[in-house]
Amino acid sequence: MKKGTFGKILKYLQPYAFLIVLTVLLALINVAATLAVPYLAGLGVDCIIGKGEVDFARLFRLLAVIGGCIAVTAVSQWCMNVLSNRVAYHVLADIRTAAFRKIQILPLKYLDDRAYGETASVVISDAEQFSDGLLLAFNQFFTGIATVLGVLVILFVLRWEVALVVLLITPLSLVTAKFISSHTYSMFKKQSEVRAEQTAFIDEMVGNLKVVKAFGHEEENGTVFKEINDRYKKCSLKAVFFSSTVNPATRFVNAVVYALVALVGAFLVINTANLEVAFTVGNLTSVLNYATQYTKPFNEISEVVTEFQNALACAARLFALIEEEPEVSDAGNLELGQAKGEVSLEQVKFSYTSEQKLIENLNVHAPAGKRVAIVGPTGCGKTTLINLLMRFYDVDGGSVKVDGKDVRALTRKSLRENYGMVLQETWLKEATVRENLCMGRQNATEEEMIEAAKAAHAHNFIMRLPKGYETVIGEEGNLSQGQKQLLCIARVMLCRPPMLILDEATSNIDTRTELKVQDAFQKLMVGRTCFIVAHRLSTIQNADLILVMKSGSIIEQGTHKELLSCRGFYYELYNAQFAE
Amino acid sequence: MKYLIRCLKVYRKEAILAPLFKLLEACMELTVPLVVAAIINTGVAGADKGYIINACLVLVAFGALGLFFALTAQYFAAKAAVGTAAELRSRLFDKLQTFSYAQIDRLGASRMITRMTSDVNQVQTGVNMTLRLLLRSPIVVFGATAMAFVVDPQAGLVFVGLVPLLAAAVYLVMGLCLPLYKKVQERLEKVYLSTRENLAGVRVIRAFSLEESEKEEFEARETALKKSQKRAGALAALSNPLTYALVNIALIVLLYVGAIRVQGGALEQGDVVALYGYLAQILVELIKLANLIITVTKAVSCQKRVGAVLDMEGEPSLTKPVSAERLEENAPAVAFKNVSFAYAGGGKTLDGVSFTVQKGETVGILGGTGAGKSTLVDLIPRFYESTEGEVEVGGENVGAIPADELRARVGVVPQKAVLFKGTIRSNLLWGNKEATEEELLRAVKLAQAEDVVAAKGGLNGEVAQEGKNLSGGQRQRLTIARALVKNPEILILDDSSSALDYATDKALRHALKTLECTVFLVSQRATSLMHADKILVLDDGKLVGQGTHEELMKTCRVYREIYASQVREGA
Repeated sequence: MKKGTFGKILKYLQPYAFLIVLTVLLALINVAATLAVPYLAGLGVDCIIGKGEVDFARLFRLLAVIGGCIAVTAVSQWCMNVLSNRVAYHVLADIRTAAFRKIQILPLKYLDDRAYGETASVVISDAEQFSDGLLLAFNQFFTGIATVLGVLVILFVLRWEVALVVLLITPLSLVTAKFISSHTYSMFKKQSEVRAEQTAFIDEMVGNLKVVKAFGHEEENGTVFKEINDRYKKCSLKAVFFSSTVNPATRFVNAVVYALVALVGAFLVINTANLEVAFTVGNLTSVLNYATQYTKPFNEISEVVTEFQNALACAARLFALIEEEPEVSDAGNLELGQAKGEVSLEQVKFSYTSEQKLIENLNVHAPAGKRVAIVGPTGCGKTTLINLLMRFYDVDGGSVKVDGKDVRALTRKSLRENYGMVLQETWLKEATVRENLCMGRQNATEEEMIEAAKAAHAHNFIMRLPKGYETVIGEEGNLSQGQKQLLCIARVMLCRPPMLILDEATSNIDTRTELKVQDAFQKLMVGRTCFIVAHRLSTIQNADLILVMKSGSIIEQGTHKELLSCRGFYYELYNAQFAE
Repeated sequence: MKYLIRCLKVYRKEAILAPLFKLLEACMELTVPLVVAAIINTGVAGADKGYIINACLVLVAFGALGLFFALTAQYFAAKAAVGTAAELRSRLFDKLQTFSYAQIDRLGASRMITRMTSDVNQVQTGVNMTLRLLLRSPIVVFGATAMAFVVDPQAGLVFVGLVPLLAAAVYLVMGLCLPLYKKVQERLEKVYLSTRENLAGVRVIRAFSLEESEKEEFEARETALKKSQKRAGALAALSNPLTYALVNIALIVLLYVGAIRVQGGALEQGDVVALYGYLAQILVELIKLANLIITVTKAVSCQKRVGAVLDMEGEPSLTKPVSAERLEENAPAVAFKNVSFAYAGGGKTLDGVSFTVQKGETVGILGGTGAGKSTLVDLIPRFYESTEGEVEVGGENVGAIPADELRARVGVVPQKAVLFKGTIRSNLLWGNKEATEEELLRAVKLAQAEDVVAAKGGLNGEVAQEGKNLSGGQRQRLTIARALVKNPEILILDDSSSALDYATDKALRHALKTLECTVFLVSQRATSLMHADKILVLDDGKLVGQGTHEELMKTCRVYREIYASQVREGA
C-alpha cells in the first residue's frame, strides 16, 4: 500500500525531474561548501598556535577561502529552496487539480455518501500536508543525507579512529528516537480519537447553539464538555510530553558523541605530536564541529521520516479520491440534441443500498409537452425519481428513455441540457447575480437576462441590491431563502429547455409571490414536458398526469379529477388540506 | 493577550518552571566550549591524559544533567501548554453558551467552531513552543555572547556586533513575509470555496453541464495560489542563508581578532576554539528560531481571534428591572405592545406590532417570506430583544424574567429540525430532564411520532449527529415531541410541520388542540391556520390583520389574497 503510494508520488514528480536533479545538485554543492568551512576554520586555528606564533599570511588566505565558501553556501541554499518550493507547489497544484477534476466526474453516490467537509478536507488539508512533507523531504532529507555522508568521508580522511567513534555511537540517537516515536504512536492515536470526539461535540452544540439556548441546555453541555475536555487534556499531555522527549534524548546522545570525540581527538593530538602527519589542535576543532554537524541532520532525518509518513498517509487519501471509480464514461454516446421531450420509465428498479429496496418495477410515461406531478409522503421516492431522470444515478434495472432513447446511451451533457431544474435546496455560486443567472446560458444577452429575472419576479429585488446585477452573492450571502429560490427559477427561465424538473420549487416563496411565479411558470411550461414535485396540491391540479407515490412505487395515477373520483390515497391527501 | 495570561496563570508554576529548567539546560550546554578549551589549553598542551579523561567525563555528566533538565522542562511546558489550551477552550465554550441569538448570528457557527478547535490548538502549540524553545534560543544566544566575554572581552565585541545584525535580518525577512503569507491564506480560502461549492452544488453544476468552466475557475484559483506560495516561499527561503552568512562572516572576523590576540599573548589557542564553539551554538539556535517564529506568529494571531470572542459580553439574564408589583391574576399569556425590531444593521423586521393572547388560545401567524413571522415568535422567549415597545409574558416584561426561567416556560420547535447525537430518549429529555417514561410516550404520541419511535426500535433507538439518520419529517415530529416534553406554558411551532404531509399535519393540529397551553403556529399555509382562535397576519413587518378566519376574510385584504392563492381551485 505504502509502496504503491510512493510510486504514484513519483509519477507526479516526473514532470519536474529536471528541477529535482538540479535541486539535488545544488544540495550537493551546498553541503560541500558547508562542510568545507569547519575544515578550513580548523586549518585557521592551526595558524594561531600561540604568542608570536601566528601565521597571518596563511590565515588571511584561509579566511578568503572561507568567505568564498560562505557565499557559495548561501547562494546555493537559497536557489535550492526556491527550486524545491517550486517543485512542491507545482506538484500540490497538479495533484489538487487532479482531485478536483475527479470530483466533477465522480458518481453522485460517492459524493452523497460523504459529508462535503470530508471530501473538501482531502482536497485542501491533505494536499497541503502532503506538499509540506514533500518540501521537508527536499529541503532537509537530501541535504541531511549528503551531510551525513560528507562528514563521514571527511572524518575518515582526517582520522579513522574519530570516524569510527562517530559512526558507532550516533545511530544510538536514531534508535532512541525510533523507540520513543513507536511508543508515542498509540498516545497520538488516542489523542486524535478524543479530539475527534470533542470536535464532533463542538460541531453539534455550537453549530446549533440556538436550540441549546432555547432548551436551556447550557449547563448540561458545559458538564459534558468539561468531561471531554479533561480527557483530552490528559491524552494530549501524554502525547505532547512523550513526543517532546525525542529532542533532549538525542541531544544527550550527541553530548556523549561529542565527549568521546574530544577524548579520542585529544589523545590523538598528544600521541601524534611528534609524528610527521600530526593530528593538530586545528584538526580537533574541525572534528568536534563535524561531530555536531553530523548528528544534527541525523536527528533531522528521523523527524523528516515521521513527517513524511504523515505526508504519505495524506497522499494515500488523495490518491484514493483521485483513483475512485468515475461515472461510467459516456464517450462515444449519442448526442441527444434538442429533445422533443417524451420521457418514459420502463420497469425501473433502483435502490441506494443493496439491503434496502426502494423502487421496484416503476413505469411512467410522459408524452412530450405534458405535465407530470408527483405527490406523496416524505421518503416515498420523489427525489429519487429526479435523480434518475437527470441521470445523477443510474437505474439498477429497466430503463429511462427520452424520445425513445435509453439515457445511458446518450451523453450526460446533452441529456442534462434538455432539462431545466429547480431544486428544493437552492444553490448559488459566490459570484455576481449576473453570473448566477447566466449559468445555463453564458451567452445570454442583457435583455434576455433581465426578461428572465422579471418573469421570475426577481428583477425588482435584484435592483435593490447594492450593485444590482453585479452584486456578489453567496450561500451565506445577503439574500433570503425565498429570494435565492427566485434566482434559481430565473436561471431556468433563461435556458428554456424542453423539459423541466421542479422539486418543491416554490416551497420557500410566499404564496402571493408564488402566484406570480406560477403564472410565469405556466407560460414557460407550455409545450414542455414537466415533472413537478410539490406538497401543495393546489399547485399541481392542472397537471396532465398525477403520480401518487408511496414507499417507492406508484399507487395511483391519473388526472386530478380521476384521482378524486376514485377516492383513494390522493383523495385523502387532498381533503386533509381543507377538512378539519 | 490577557485571556491567555489568565489561563496560563492557572499553570503558573509550570509556566515558570519550564523556562527555568530550559535555562539550566542551556547553562549546561554553554559550559561545553569552556571544557573543550581547558582540554586543549591544559590537557593537550601538558599531555595530561588523566586530565583529558576527567574533562570528558565532565562533558558526559553535563550532558546527562542537561537531559534531566530538558525532560523536566518539556514536561512542565507540555503541562502548561495543554492545560492552558484546555482552560482556554473551556472558557470559550462557556462564553459561547452565554451569547444571545444576535451575537450568534453575528459570529456565525463556522467561525465559532474554528475558534474552539483549530485556533485553540494553534495556541496550544504556540504556548508549548514558546515555553520550550522560544525562551531557550535567546538564552543560548545571550549566554554564548556573555561566555565569549568571559573568554575574551575583545572577541566578545564580535558577538555583540553580530547579535543585532542577526535580529535585524530575521526581523526583516519575517516582516516582509507576513503580508505575503496573508495573501497565500486568502487565495487558499478561494480554492477552498471552489471545492466546497462544487461539492454542495454538484447537482446544479452537473445539471447545467458547468463542469468545464468550474474546472477552469478552480485551476485559475489554484494557479494564483501557487504563484503567491512561490513568492512567499522564495522570500522566506532567504532567512536561513542570510543568518548562515552572517554567523560565518562573524567567524572570519573572530579568527582574525583571535589571531591578533593570540599573537599578542592575550589568548591561547584553546580559547579561540571555544569562541568558535560558541558561534556554532548561536548558529544552530538561530536556525531553530527562524523555523519557530512562523509557528509563534500564527499562534499569536489565533490567540487574538480567540481573545476577540472572549471580549464579547454574553447576554444578561435580566435586561429590565424586576417589577415589585404583584402580577394580575388574569394577565394575558402573551402581549405585544407596539413592538418593533430590527436585526443588527438592518431595517425594521417588525414595525409597531401590538396584540394580546389569552391563556390557552391557539394563535396562527401568517405571512410571506420575510414578513417577520419567525422574528415575532423569537421575541417571546427573548431570543432577541425588541428594539422598541414591550413584550410581556404572563403580564411581566420578558426582560424582567430571568432568561433560564423564561425559556423553561416556553417550548420552541425551531424551523430547522435539529436533533443531537444520542438516543431518541436523550433527545426528548432535553425538554425536561426529569420526565417519566409515560410523559415521554405521551409527547411522542401527541407529536404523531409513534411510528418514528417504532421504526428506530423504541425510545432507546439511536440518533446520529444532527439526526442525520432520520428523514426531515421524522426529525420534525421528534423536535415537536421534545418541546412537548417540556410541558410548556407557551408552545411555539415555527413552520415546523413543513415537511409533514397534510394528513399528518392535520392530525398534529388536532392533537395540539387538546393541550392546555397557549400555542403559536407559524405557517405559510393559510389552511394550516384557519381554525386557530386568532390569526395574526404579517406583511413586511407590519401586523395587517388579526382575528379569526371569518373575520379576516371580511376585513383583511392580505389574508384574502394569501388564502385565495392557496385555495384557488380548492374547496
